[in-house]
Amino acid sequence: MMLAFLNIDWQTLADATALGAIYALMAVGIGLVFGVLRLVNFAYGQLVMAGAFALALASQWGWPVWAGIVLCFASVLVLSVLMDRLVFRPLRGHSPAVMLVATFAVAFLMQSIALLWFGPLGKIASSLAYLNRPVTVGSVDIRKITIVAVVVAVVCMLALTLLLERTTICLHIRSAALDFQTARMLGVRADRVIGLAVGLSGALAAVVAVLLTVQTPLVTPDFALRDTIIVLAGVVLGGMNRLIPATLGGFSIGFATGLLGGALPTNQSQYIPSFVFGAVILVLLVRPSGLFTRGRVVERV
Amino acid sequence: MRRVLALQELLGPAAVVLIAALLGAAVSTSNEAYFTDALVKVAIVVALYVFIGNSGVLSFGHISFVALGAWAAGVLSVPVSEKPAIMPNLAHVFRDRTTGNLTSLLIAALVGGVCALVVGLPLMRLSGLAAGIATFGVLEITHNLLRYEEKVGPGLNTFSSVPETTTLRQAAFGALVAVVVAFVYARSRFGRILRATREDAAAARAVGASVYRQRLVAFTISGLVAGLAGGLYVHLLPLNTESVYLDLTFITLAMLVIGGATSLWGAVVGALAVSALDSYLAVAENGTSLFGWHIDLPAGTRVIVVGVLMAVVLILRPTGLTGGREFRLWPRPA
Repeated sequence: MMLAFLNIDWQTLADATALGAIYALMAVGIGLVFGVLRLVNFAYGQLVMAGAFALALASQWGWPVWAGIVLCFASVLVLSVLMDRLVFRPLRGHSPAVMLVATFAVAFLMQSIALLWFGPLGKIASSLAYLNRPVTVGSVDIRKITIVAVVVAVVCMLALTLLLERTTICLHIRSAALDFQTARMLGVRADRVIGLAVGLSGALAAVVAVLLTVQTPLVTPDFALRDTIIVLAGVVLGGMNRLIPATLGGFSIGFATGLLGGALPTNQSQYIPSFVFGAVILVLLVRPSGLFTRGRVVERV
Repeated sequence: MRRVLALQELLGPAAVVLIAALLGAAVSTSNEAYFTDALVKVAIVVALYVFIGNSGVLSFGHISFVALGAWAAGVLSVPVSEKPAIMPNLAHVFRDRTTGNLTSLLIAALVGGVCALVVGLPLMRLSGLAAGIATFGVLEITHNLLRYEEKVGPGLNTFSSVPETTTLRQAAFGALVAVVVAFVYARSRFGRILRATREDAAAARAVGASVYRQRLVAFTISGLVAGLAGGLYVHLLPLNTESVYLDLTFITLAMLVIGGATSLWGAVVGALAVSALDSYLAVAENGTSLFGWHIDLPAGTRVIVVGVLMAVVLILRPTGLTGGREFRLWPRPA
């Protein structure tokens, strides 16, 4: 009833859920690295962009789909490890602001390398395009990718939860995220923990690259840049310090963007960024430590 | 004596600005534009320094005050006869009047300052990451509104037919004004208290400093300077919403960080050094020769070089080229 009043149909709802799921994956990727390194990775979107270009190249060379996906994972993982070694590691222990500015620089660097390499017009990744065709569920047409995105996101989350809850090394990640110094004193190996977090975060970026290229097959150098900005806002909105609030924040901001985008007419939907960021600022003013966190974080002397 | 010695902190940056202006006057007309652009960048980076340098709080939002200043000056100074052509949906208030060059610059500064005050009133309560994201939000909102709100500007179009009055002399004067404002603020009671809160917020609070109020003062002043710089910028070249958005945010932040964020000297040196490198690479992208080597760089090299430089400086020397210290010929008397 309510939904009909707001002019929202099932397709919009499904698309919004899918966008929320993709943003939630990105939020986990950003949150994992933040947990162990206290570093907000502004360049996360450029990892996704690199993966998307890998897919585009693979489809241009006529590779089979699975080979393209392997190439995508490989290139994103290599880039994440490089980023960790060359930038994150030397900056370890600096203030969060310095690290944020540094990743800002890395983001622009990667974007301009892509611009130099592939040109401003970009390339088309078309090998998974058939997922855009609709299937009929009940009486509603839903694009396949919507279902695939939600299923993949849920599977990734479940796998990650299992990994983080049940294995020793991931116990180390969680303890490092809570208090790195104490964890190290108790025998947690810093480089292994950080390496694993960066690797997992890279793998998630590759998954996001695959899902996003189906929705937007045209891959340009600023691919996923806007999404990253929105996800970062969502992560801070949900609460940066814990994974679950960060994920919820990413999902909600994706869901809200998708819903508004589908429900509003164009002359209003062009103002969505203003609505979204206005809401983000409002929430930050009321709850600076995040929407889905408990208690207040007080700076101690 | 101490006061006289303090003046060198002003004279150093001012002298460098003047030297850049004189150099600009000496080169050919086609290269003069690079110097004018560099001097406008100095004004923007000094505006960033006034807030970021003194408060230690990151702001991604200052380019929105540059944009608002640019829009104010631009809308007011396009000749009335040409307004319907480039801005058909302009509000009536702006349609029937144009202002002179100086008036438009003053209004640009005022718009920047007032907007910074209004934005700062709620936002200055935040610090750390929340402040970074919230100021980013301000940039996004400003960009979004200016892009689609055709009552106050050209919307998606480019700001053509704004009189190009930002000459080398005017840009140098604007940069000097920015430097003097930043110096006076940093030497004032307000600037000193704000730096105290940057070094140790808890200790500064304990002796009665209001972190919120001091940050708000700095934010407003830096908004004023940023607005002025925006006014100069729109009179320099035809802008659109994309030219006062992420790229400008990146390059000006890079300038501030490379120079050294915590000093006026660092802001000026960073802005001029990166501008020099950037302009040289821009020339090299069109083909040039250095020490007999022919250099022809592919388009897009500039951002790569500046990005690498910024990352390297952050890693090897996080306090910037100047070490974040002010310019001093003579050491401070004991």
